[in-house]
Amino acid sequence: MSTLELQAVSRWYGHVVAVNDVSMSIRPGVTGLLGPNGAGKSTLIAMMSGFLAPSSGTVTLDGGQIWRHEQVYRAIGLVPEREAVFEHLTGLQFVLANAELHGLSDAGAAAARAIATVEMAEAENRQISTYSKGMRQRIKMASALVHDPAVLLLDEPFNGMDPRQRMHMMGLLAQMGDDGRTVLFSSHILEEVEQVARQIEVVVSGRHAASGDFGEIRRLMTDRPNRYVIRSSDDRRLAAALIGDPSSRAVALRSTDGGIDVEAVDFGRFSWLLPRLSREHGITLLEVSATDESLESVFSYLISS
Amino acid sequence: MNRTVAYLAFRSIFGRRRGVLLFVLPGILFALAVLVRLIAGEDSSAITSVLYGVGMVLTVPLVALVAGTGVLAPEIDDGSIVYLLAKPVSRQVIVVSKVVVAIACVLVFAVVPMAATGLFLNPSLPELGLGYGLGALVGGVTYSALFVMLATISRHAVVFGLIYVLIWEGLLGSLLSGVRWLSVTQWAAAVAEDVSDDPGIGAELGLTYALIAVGVVTLVSVWFAGTRLRSFTLSGEE
Repeated sequence: MSTLELQAVSRWYGHVVAVNDVSMSIRPGVTGLLGPNGAGKSTLIAMMSGFLAPSSGTVTLDGGQIWRHEQVYRAIGLVPEREAVFEHLTGLQFVLANAELHGLSDAGAAAARAIATVEMAEAENRQISTYSKGMRQRIKMASALVHDPAVLLLDEPFNGMDPRQRMHMMGLLAQMGDDGRTVLFSSHILEEVEQVARQIEVVVSGRHAASGDFGEIRRLMTDRPNRYVIRSSDDRRLAAALIGDPSSRAVALRSTDGGIDVEAVDFGRFSWLLPRLSREHGITLLEVSATDESLESVFSYLISS
Repeated sequence: MNRTVAYLAFRSIFGRRRGVLLFVLPGILFALAVLVRLIAGEDSSAITSVLYGVGMVLTVPLVALVAGTGVLAPEIDDGSIVYLLAKPVSRQVIVVSKVVVAIACVLVFAVVPMAATGLFLNPSLPELGLGYGLGALVGGVTYSALFVMLATISRHAVVFGLIYVLIWEGLLGSLLSGVRWLSVTQWAAAVAEDVSDDPGIGAELGLTYALIAVGVVTLVSVWFAGTRLRSFTLSGEE
């Protein structure tokens, strides 16, 4: 059982702050590092994996420093985001080389086991240069698992995977978390993180925006004001009916192309109410679309709350 | 020395197109030697021109440049070095293993061709081939360590290596006499001249200085490259 600890960690490049005063504990189980592109996730993972020194603060694994301590890799498995691996090797040669570099007593057996875990046995004798993106991700995963690490760090591991591979990888991560490993993976897709991570750490613009289990994070997101554009057979009457209920905070008739803009403050009640009000007033709903469902708007809400 | 690191370095060189250069460079040297032998026979100045002017000045440093940067620079460029560094292996061991592979390439593609070319050009004087072979070995070892270190400092290691070989040693070395003190080729030449007794080389440095310089540069390069790898930084999406 291992714990990664970040204490007041910042990292800047000249005048650009990539990570700003982040403190978090990554404990056994699966943790999702969630944030939009450019939020600082890769920088954080680079610091957690000993490939970047914090400009200030400390990053430790079970109390020991990581930066410039190569023995720490006995406990850490890393799946970097970059695709490049040793292209001229076969998958088996690559994983075997990783096992040998770890000094495992039976490197061949360990490599075979790791390859079987990621279901790459069939393609193990093919050159990595011929692999698809998803296959590369899996062989990278095998290389990180080969020494049975207590800590597994994965940077955007689901990139390029098809749905079946994604499900398999999610199952694998969940299993490792259940086995007591400390697993941290980054993603910019909430649903991806939600499905596999018990704990979610949200990073936005280099700052630690939120932390909690997926229920807490989901509540933070669904309880925020949601904006919708609604088109109906009678926009004015629908607008009057909606503003009469406290689940909507603001309703405005759209001047240009018709419809109404609605800002709902209670997502659950609003989604229950809208079809009932329409039916009661004999109004046909033509379109209901959320206007701020993009992840960026969710994150900007989280960071301002 | 780590066998797996060495194996990966070896595959890294010969798994890429630049590995072909290792065959081409000694090929050119030997082709020139055949031409000189046909045209000038055993003329000593022509032989020195080939062995020193082409072999020591160009073939040895360029083979070492291809090998020394080839064992490390591509992995740093594409980020696959992470798979080596995320292991509980001493960075010095990684560097030493890569330098050894580069030296092995120099041995096969520069030292042996130099000695063979010397024997081919003047079979009656085996010291000539031996001297140039040893000179090439001394120079090749130093260049290998130097270029591996260069690969840990800059992503343009090949360019800087070429600048050192062609501009510093080649151009400035012929114009400014002081450059010889900091020229690997000159150090190698001192060894070659001492063993081969070929006065045409015109080495201006003493053997002792040359050997000390070779030792210091090789050891410092290996140590510094290890230090650089210890602080290797992974650049992410940000």
